[in-house]
Amino acid sequence: MPDATELELTAAELRDLHPESILDTDYHRDRATLIADPPQIKPVLRHLQEKGYKSLASLHGVDYYPQEPRLGVLYELLDMDRVDRITVKARVSTGAPQIDSVVELFPGAEFPERECYDMFGVVFNGHPDLRRILMPEDYEGYPQRRDFPVGGEPVLFTYNEEHNYGKWQ
Amino acid sequence: MTLTEDYRRREESVTLSSEPAGEGETHELLTLNIGPHHPATHGVLRLLATLEGEVVRDVKPIIGYVHTGIEKTAEDKAYWKAIPVVERMDYLAYYFNAMAFIGAVETLLGVEVPPRAQYLRVIHLELNRIMSHLVWLGTSALDLGAISMFWYCFRERETVLDLFEMSSGQRMHTRYFQVGGVIEDIPPGFEAKLGRFVKEMPGRADQYADLLQKNEIVLERLRGTGVVDRQTLLSLGVTGPLLRASGKPWDLRKAAPYSSYDHFDFKIPIGTVGDNYDRFRVRHAELYESTKIIGQALDGLPEGPYITPDRKIALPPRHELATSMEALIHHFKLVTEGFRVPPGEAYYPIEGPRGETGCFVRSDGSAKPARVHMRDPSFVNLQALAPMVRGGYIADLIATLAMLDPLLGGIDR
Repeated sequence: MPDATELELTAAELRDLHPESILDTDYHRDRATLIADPPQIKPVLRHLQEKGYKSLASLHGVDYYPQEPRLGVLYELLDMDRVDRITVKARVSTGAPQIDSVVELFPGAEFPERECYDMFGVVFNGHPDLRRILMPEDYEGYPQRRDFPVGGEPVLFTYNEEHNYGKWQ
Repeated sequence: MTLTEDYRRREESVTLSSEPAGEGETHELLTLNIGPHHPATHGVLRLLATLEGEVVRDVKPIIGYVHTGIEKTAEDKAYWKAIPVVERMDYLAYYFNAMAFIGAVETLLGVEVPPRAQYLRVIHLELNRIMSHLVWLGTSALDLGAISMFWYCFRERETVLDLFEMSSGQRMHTRYFQVGGVIEDIPPGFEAKLGRFVKEMPGRADQYADLLQKNEIVLERLRGTGVVDRQTLLSLGVTGPLLRASGKPWDLRKAAPYSSYDHFDFKIPIGTVGDNYDRFRVRHAELYESTKIIGQALDGLPEGPYITPDRKIALPPRHELATSMEALIHHFKLVTEGFRVPPGEAYYPIEGPRGETGCFVRSDGSAKPARVHMRDPSFVNLQALAPMVRGGYIADLIATLAMLDPLLGGIDR
């Protein structure tokens, strides 16, 4: 993990290259996070990739309800040579959940981005195949959002299929 | 445009819509559906393979058949009650799932785990790794037509499961790991039985090697198939034995030791060319290395508490409840509400049997996690299936899938 100073230096470096690209930094329990401006996520990640963070270990969505902007896309970057990790966070609102896809930079982001779209409804612009991945293709709603109820969906049995929303047709 | 060029263009992106048949008798593309219920897919994985004759041109994995919303369920449970659901994601690596989740929670809490608990965790993690590799070896050999391997591997797996049953009372999904340590100390007789297993296991692994390594059919089917270069694997985010088989010695136990893995002497087996045979050899060699780690952890098992003495996090011992009012209050608070975790986010990666198992936990200060996300290695590694099988035979697809070792419970969560 980069220490707090190194994190600030990285942030300053990115701000010099791409003005307004880093909105904030966060250092908590040895975890370094850069909070990036969503439209500039691609240049930010490209720069970090050139800096050595060549692997995208994980990509996940988070719902920060009731904070605004609600949704967060987190990129856990990994530098295998220096054994170093850094997190990039981009916050988008539920009204316009749009962010650039990073599949071009990290081909391994394809499935995780699809999952994030599936669960949170974040649209990744430029993704080669943005479809639902875990939920059924015709599913409505984004189940991992905090306002999506747990257990709100009736289980389909033969005795209640007539009362269901038309799957039996 | 020639006919071949036309096919090359079309096979670049195979969609769910039906593939229009090509012209001529010899150049027809066939879309073949494999699964979701097929013994060779190691779970409910569906593959949409595009074939030209017997050659695989493209393959699309379709997943989600066992999606149970565990991440969502975990948000509705107190931290310590979320451990059993999290364990059920990758159902062959339950200790690893629990460890990743607990590690993230411990990071947020800033709790120190006693050395004995760390060693006990290492013992169980490595036993779990052996168990997971044994299931992989048995079922993969089954896919290649060697049914006897299955029985040999499951014989040793039984021993491991018996050990799990001894320490925790459960054979699978043991819920042995607890925030701050482990739930109970190992019972009398466990060490002796584990010692016997550690002595026995290398010999058993030698037997597997004797059965498979010089078997002409196995060699023919594994050597030179499913080759993907290291750079492609790295860019796809592939970790674990698949990456190590291509020659990259990346293992989080060595690179970023957790749970006192730095106390043990072990090697990271790596491959050379990254074909299916290397994948087989790397996992097989890991059986020995894991046994070595268990032996060292057993010999050096420190005395002391097996769980943190912090009563705000760990349950008080049962006997205290009868005599101490404070213990009763702590017990009541923990069982009804659970402990509160200071707000923050943590990502805790560990080396699972299939690669980097990472757990992201976000806490909003309450007793329930606001978000749990498991970075499951099978989910990411599955993306490497298409590059592995493109251009090979359909029979090699089955062998490659077996050597990829995907676990659908972990993929779909």
